[in-house]
Amino acid sequence: MEPIQYKPADFKSNQDVRWCPGCGDYAMLNSLQKAMAELGVSPEQTVVVSGIGCSSRLPYYVNAYGMHTIHGRASAIASGVKVANPDLTVWQITGDGDCLAIGGNHFIHAVRRNVNLNILLFNNEIYGLTKGQYSPTSKKGFVSKSSPYGTVEEPFSPSQLTLGARGSFFARTLDIDLKTAQDVLLQAAKHKGCAVVEALVNCVIFNDGTHKNLSDKAFRADRTIVLKHGEPMIYGANNEKGLIIDGFNLKSVTLGENGITEKDILVHDAHCQDPTLHFKLGNMKGDLPVALGVIRSVEQPTYDQAVVEQIADVQAKRPARTLEAFLHTLETWEID
Amino acid sequence: MSEAATITSLEQVVIRFSGDSGDGMQLTGSLFSNLSAIYGNEISTFPDYPAEIRAPQGTLSGVSGYQVHVGSKKVYTPGDLADVLIAMNPAALKVNKANIKPNAIVIADADTFDTNNLEKAGFKTDNPFEELNLKGIQLIMAPISSMVKDSLVDSEMDNKSILRSKNMFALGLLCWLFNTPIDRAMHLLENKFKKKPAILKANLKVLADGYNYGHNTHSSVSTYHVNPTVMPKGTYTDVKGNQATAWGLIAGAEKAGLPLFLGSYPITPATEILHELAARKDLGVKTFQAEDEIAGVCTAIGASFAGNLGATSTSGPGLALKSEAIGLAVMAELPLVVVNVQRGGPSTGLPTKTEQADLLQALYGRNGESPCIVLAASTPANCFDYAFMACKLSIEHMTPVILLTDGFLANGSSAWRLPSLDTYPAIKPPYVHAEMQATWKPYLRNEENLVRYWAIPGMKGFSHRVGGLEKDNCSGCISTNPDNHELMVKQRQAKVDNVAKVIPPVEVLGDPDADLLVVGWGGTFGHLYSAVNELNNQGQKVALAHFNYISPLPANTAEVLRRYKTITVCELNNGQFAGYLRSKVEGITLQQYNKIEGQPFTVNELTTYLKTLLEK
Repeated sequence: MEPIQYKPADFKSNQDVRWCPGCGDYAMLNSLQKAMAELGVSPEQTVVVSGIGCSSRLPYYVNAYGMHTIHGRASAIASGVKVANPDLTVWQITGDGDCLAIGGNHFIHAVRRNVNLNILLFNNEIYGLTKGQYSPTSKKGFVSKSSPYGTVEEPFSPSQLTLGARGSFFARTLDIDLKTAQDVLLQAAKHKGCAVVEALVNCVIFNDGTHKNLSDKAFRADRTIVLKHGEPMIYGANNEKGLIIDGFNLKSVTLGENGITEKDILVHDAHCQDPTLHFKLGNMKGDLPVALGVIRSVEQPTYDQAVVEQIADVQAKRPARTLEAFLHTLETWEID
Repeated sequence: MSEAATITSLEQVVIRFSGDSGDGMQLTGSLFSNLSAIYGNEISTFPDYPAEIRAPQGTLSGVSGYQVHVGSKKVYTPGDLADVLIAMNPAALKVNKANIKPNAIVIADADTFDTNNLEKAGFKTDNPFEELNLKGIQLIMAPISSMVKDSLVDSEMDNKSILRSKNMFALGLLCWLFNTPIDRAMHLLENKFKKKPAILKANLKVLADGYNYGHNTHSSVSTYHVNPTVMPKGTYTDVKGNQATAWGLIAGAEKAGLPLFLGSYPITPATEILHELAARKDLGVKTFQAEDEIAGVCTAIGASFAGNLGATSTSGPGLALKSEAIGLAVMAELPLVVVNVQRGGPSTGLPTKTEQADLLQALYGRNGESPCIVLAASTPANCFDYAFMACKLSIEHMTPVILLTDGFLANGSSAWRLPSLDTYPAIKPPYVHAEMQATWKPYLRNEENLVRYWAIPGMKGFSHRVGGLEKDNCSGCISTNPDNHELMVKQRQAKVDNVAKVIPPVEVLGDPDADLLVVGWGGTFGHLYSAVNELNNQGQKVALAHFNYISPLPANTAEVLRRYKTITVCELNNGQFAGYLRSKVEGITLQQYNKIEGQPFTVNELTTYLKTLLEK
């Protein structure tokens, strides 16, 4: 049978999308529907699970099986869906509050177990649905309704948290970078394991421009780098900059200066089991470009498959297949 | 060998095994109760162990006990006070002073009654029996430790390992005292220690030595025999409430043709349900030891959405954590079985003790109008039946069911005839059918029972979204319409209320023309029924209505309650079921008997109390 070619429209539901005009979530929804079409898994084999928050409305807009659940619990519910039926492709849609504040525990454990989920984390560094409080990713000192004098706490870094929880896949994209977004979502879906995609999205109402220092066309090429496995880490408006290792640190250099040539530039190895360099790449900021694309993608056994295999192993050794047959293997006695 | 002087026949006997938590008293107790059952007696058992895993040896806090009630007729409780106490050290004697009859037989390990152990147990003199004022007891002081050492002197085991066999000596001694042949005990041990031949050999030798010691040394002592009972034909095993619950869930899933998924987090006294189901991979059960209670229930909800039967097991504090998610299952109208093995509360409360104080939490402990079906098991063995019914009602009515058991049922055991699942009712999931595709909507309901149809991911043409936000009736789109919200709230309630049409009526047991009706629910059945029975035997006009279906109540509840002049509701809490009944049945006056000590009722306290009501 010919594989069916899906179109993004096949994954659009009949519901009107109700995010604020200009919200970064629109672009991510489009990228997701394109990635779903390209992936080629049918809508009925696709499940989209979300928690609570602006981004968590997304399942209503996708033609697939969907669950819009309760605050913070999407990772746990999605884990249940996937373990119950590993044949399904399960997407989890979550935000920085839903995933990293109230849902932090479930998130790190889903990552640690390597449940084969595709977690799309919309990071706008703000609570939008409750109208503007700081979130666990808001920068220190951030002024919001709940921090009128600025926050006094350090934010989480989603990449650090994912890799710290021994994540097998982490990617980052900007909402408006449709090409990278679609590409990393597709790679995340194809990855066998828990794939975390951090989407830096703009909240046009309560935190407008929070990622503008990266997303603005005027300097995006100089302040970000799109990592690709097997390719040198080169960036800049004219591809004139690159990354090298200097001691224990990453350093940005200019090609042609101080005798630097392309062969001095690091080649990205997303498949390296040791996450040390992935940590550094995920943390880049300041003088270093913020990394986009797939930062880490390593093969590790998935939880859901391990559950299936363990059951198969036990069943190969033990013949009882029904409860009654099992009960008769217990220590029993007869009354005649 | 001379025959024992006399053999006295008993109707029933209560035996309590007690020792250090490392002395193996749970094993000895369960072996003896199994043996009794194998030889045709009725049994009911209950362990009593400390919250600490290994409290300091020889101290009062380290005492672990196991009580078994053996009868030639049906026994419904592990018994109030023990007729026989096995005390492996002075601490065990002291702790159990209040648990034994004044004329009980006490078998003690004489070797442990030395100055050191007497001091550890807080005795001030070298005569603990006098100190505890145990004048009427019949004492068998046996030098168990030293005889075990002698017995295994050639075994090449170290001293510590040798002394671990003490419990088998005690078992042998008890087999002698109750004229129980030890060959079946040997068979049980052979199975138990199949993979440890050295330990098996030692245990078998010590068991026989214990039996022979009794027989030879105390040959003039009167021994006992509990006549076998006439039990229905069949294959029997010994089952604990938590095991029965786990197997009932498997039976329900199997009958429905659904895979079983358990999401759970360890919590006393519910953990054995997780253990048992984790071991049942041969039957395809999936267990997920979650990061917390919330994830336990959430994974189960996700599994149900994906077409499994999702279940979660917990105790009171865990149920509190699961409330919001249970509300999601109410709203999404998905099957979900929540087992709550109640313990003493509030907060961490009394983790190892029993109580019935989560009733109102199960009924009402969620935000919004969030009705659940609530069931309560009433014996260790019928945990199986009510777990099965919880699955059936949850699947067929597409709504969460909370099954209440308690620490007493969970750890208590009785002999159980292996069920034939053919005799259990069918379970029919309300799946969507291909022909409904054109008109189907997520909240399209069966007009008769208001149940929505179940479409499972993978079914083509039925993709849909569910969630915690209020949905439009039928279409399932998000709706904040005021009339629709009221309609949906009423429909979810009506769906639960409708269950009253498919559950059995509450039965009245005991004297049908009673002046006094005793009302109970859940795990107190054995004590209440025994008390009512005892009073009936004394000619008192008392009856019992015991509830297993709590929400909804059986359809005849009001009619039954209005029939009696005097009604007393007896429960192990501050009056939750009494208050619930008052809210559901108008015009009744209920008296209450409440016990909140973390302990089950005793038959004796109940008969004493009920007599005061009858005398009024």
